[in-house]
Amino acid sequence: MTTTAQAAGRSPVRRLAGTLHRRPRLRLSLLLTAPLLWLAVLYLGSLAVLFVSAFWTTDSFTSEVVKVWSTDNFHQLFTLPVYRQVILRSIGVALAVTVLCAAIAFPIAFYTARIARPERRPLLVVAILTPLWASYLVKVYAWRLILSQGGLADWVLKPLGLSGPGYGLVAAIIALTYLWLPYMILPIHAALEQLPANLLDASADLGAGAARTFRSVVLPMVLPSVAAGSVFTFSLSLGDYITVQIVGGKTQLIGNVVYSNIELNLPMAAALGTVPVVVIVVYLLAMRRTGALSSL
Amino acid sequence: MEAKAIRLQGLRKSFGDTTAVSGVDLEIADGEFFSMLGPSGSGKTTVLRMIAGFESPTAGRIELAGQDVTGLAPFERDVHTVFQDYALFPHMTVEENVAYGLKVRKVKKAERLVRARKALADVRLEGFGRRRPGQLSGGQRQRVALARALVGRPRVLLLDEPLGALDLKLREQMQVELKAIQREVGITFVFVTHDQEEALTMSDRIAVFHQGRIEQVGTPAEIYERPATPFVAGFVGTSNLLDGQSAQQVVGAPGTYSIRPEKIRVLKESAESAECADSAEVTEPEHSTVTGTVAEVVYLGDATRFLVDLDVGGRLTALQQNLETSSEDVAALRGTRVRLQWHRRHTFQVPDPR
Repeated sequence: MTTTAQAAGRSPVRRLAGTLHRRPRLRLSLLLTAPLLWLAVLYLGSLAVLFVSAFWTTDSFTSEVVKVWSTDNFHQLFTLPVYRQVILRSIGVALAVTVLCAAIAFPIAFYTARIARPERRPLLVVAILTPLWASYLVKVYAWRLILSQGGLADWVLKPLGLSGPGYGLVAAIIALTYLWLPYMILPIHAALEQLPANLLDASADLGAGAARTFRSVVLPMVLPSVAAGSVFTFSLSLGDYITVQIVGGKTQLIGNVVYSNIELNLPMAAALGTVPVVVIVVYLLAMRRTGALSSL
Repeated sequence: MEAKAIRLQGLRKSFGDTTAVSGVDLEIADGEFFSMLGPSGSGKTTVLRMIAGFESPTAGRIELAGQDVTGLAPFERDVHTVFQDYALFPHMTVEENVAYGLKVRKVKKAERLVRARKALADVRLEGFGRRRPGQLSGGQRQRVALARALVGRPRVLLLDEPLGALDLKLREQMQVELKAIQREVGITFVFVTHDQEEALTMSDRIAVFHQGRIEQVGTPAEIYERPATPFVAGFVGTSNLLDGQSAQQVVGAPGTYSIRPEKIRVLKESAESAECADSAEVTEPEHSTVTGTVAEVVYLGDATRFLVDLDVGGRLTALQQNLETSSEDVAALRGTRVRLQWHRRHTFQVPDPR
C-alpha cells in the first residue's frame, strides 16, 4: 500500500507519532499511567491507611498499635469535651482566618485589578506572590518575633495605650491570615480583572451610585471567587499545626493534637486526622453550591 | 423657545497625547432620531460616552434639556444607554435586568414587575423574563438591553452601535423595529453607527464625524445628495469624484465634483443604450456625457456596479439595476467601450478641503 510505503520512509519518531495519532486510547494511557499510579498508590492509598488505622487501638502500656477493629477512637472524639472543643476551636479559627482574609483581600484585589494602571498590575501580582517564595517557617518565626513581649506589635501599640496580643489564639489567627492571604487575593483579583467595565457603566447609567453598584453587580459576580479563595484559606488553616505551635502559646488545634498523638497513640491521631478531611469535604460541597469550584 | 434635548458646546476630549474629540458643537431636538455617523476612531463614541457621563470632557459644556450636566455623574443624568455588547448583568434574570433601573430608583416591587413585563412585551420578549442573558440569542439580548434602557422613560436614549453584532437579516429587522419603537415612545434617540446605510435609513438627522470633528449635520437626503466635504461624499455612499483635468473637461469648470453611481446611465458607445433603448437619443444640454472603457464589472445580484476608466482621466463608478440583464450579460461588458450619461443637476461641487 502507498500509506505503508510512505510510513516506511519516515523516521521512527514520526512513525511513533503517527501510531499515537491513530490510537487515541494508547495515547491517553501513556499520558495518564504515571500520574494515576501516583494518585492511586500514594495519595488515595495513604488516605485509606489513615481511615483504616483510625479504627485500630493502642496498648496503653506499651503504646504499641493493636490491629483490632474498634470504634473507640471516634467514640472518644465525640464524647470527650476536650476533643469537641479542639475540633470546634479549629473550625472557628479556620473560619475567622477565612473571613479576615476575604475582608483584607477584597480592597487589595480591587486596587490591583481595577484602580492600578494596567501596566503596573503584573508587578503588583508578583508583589502579592512574593511572600509565598519565602520559607513558611521563616515567616512564622518572624511573626513570633513581632508578637513577642516588647516586640514590634507591643512597640507600635504602646503609644495608643495598648499592647500586642502576645502568643495565643489571636496570634495564631493573625499569623495564619498573613500566611494564606495571597491565596485569597489572587482569585478575587482575577475575577475583578475579568469583570467587564461596561457592566459598571451600565449600572451607573441606570441610576446606581457606587455603593449600589458594588452591592448589586460587583459583589454577586465576584462572590464565587471569594468562595474559591476561601477553600484555600479554610483548608490550609484547618490542617496547619506548626503556626499554632510557634505563636499559639497553649492553644490546641486539631493539627497539633494530631502531632502530639503520633508517637503515643497513632490510631487516635488518625481518627483526629479524619476530622479535617470530613469538614473540608462538607465545606467543598457547600462551596459547590455557590459555583465557586467552577472558578478555581 | 423650548430647550433642546441635548446641546454640546465646544466639546473636547484628549486621552494623554491623543485627541479623540476636538471641538464639537451640536444641538439635538426633543424627540429626534439623531445619528452620529463616522469611521472607527472618529470620536463619535467618545461624544456619546461624554453625554452619558462615562467620560468627562477636557473642555466644553454639555446641556440636557437646558440644564448643564457637564460635571454630573452618569447616575445623576436622565439618560440611558444601550451598549454595543449590551452589558446585561449575567447574574440576573432578564426581568431583573430590565427592572434594575427601577429598583435603584426605589420603585415599588409590584409596579416594577408590571413595568418590566410591559417593557419586555414592547420589545416582543414576553415570557422570557425568567431566563438568564446567557440563554438568549444576540438579537434577543439586544432587545433586553433596549427594554432595560427604555423602562425608566429617560429623556434621551443613547445607542452605541447597538446593531453591530447582529447578522444582516436581523439587523435590517431591528432597524425597522427600533425606528417604530422610537416613534411610539417619542424619546430622543442618539444613535452611533459606522454604517452609513443604517444612518440613512433610520435617522431624522445625521452628524458625520471625522477625526474628532463634525463634518456635516443634516437630514439623510442632504447628507447624501449634497455632501459638504469630500470626506462626507466619500464616506456616505460610494466615492465618485471628478477633479482637476477631468472635471474641467466633463463639467466645464475647475473644482471637485461628485456624482452618485446610481444616477449614471451606462450606454453603449455607439449611441445605443445598453438598457433603455428609448433614451438613446438624449443628448440634451442638461445631460453630461463622457466616454470610457469598462475596467471592472461587479455583479451584485439586484444590480451591477461598473468601474469605468474615463478617456479624460479618472474613474467613475456607475450602478445599474439588473432589470433585464443577467450576470453573463454584464460580465461580457468588461473591457468594452461605453458612454456614461447623467443629468447635470446630479453633479454637485464638493468644497475643497480647508
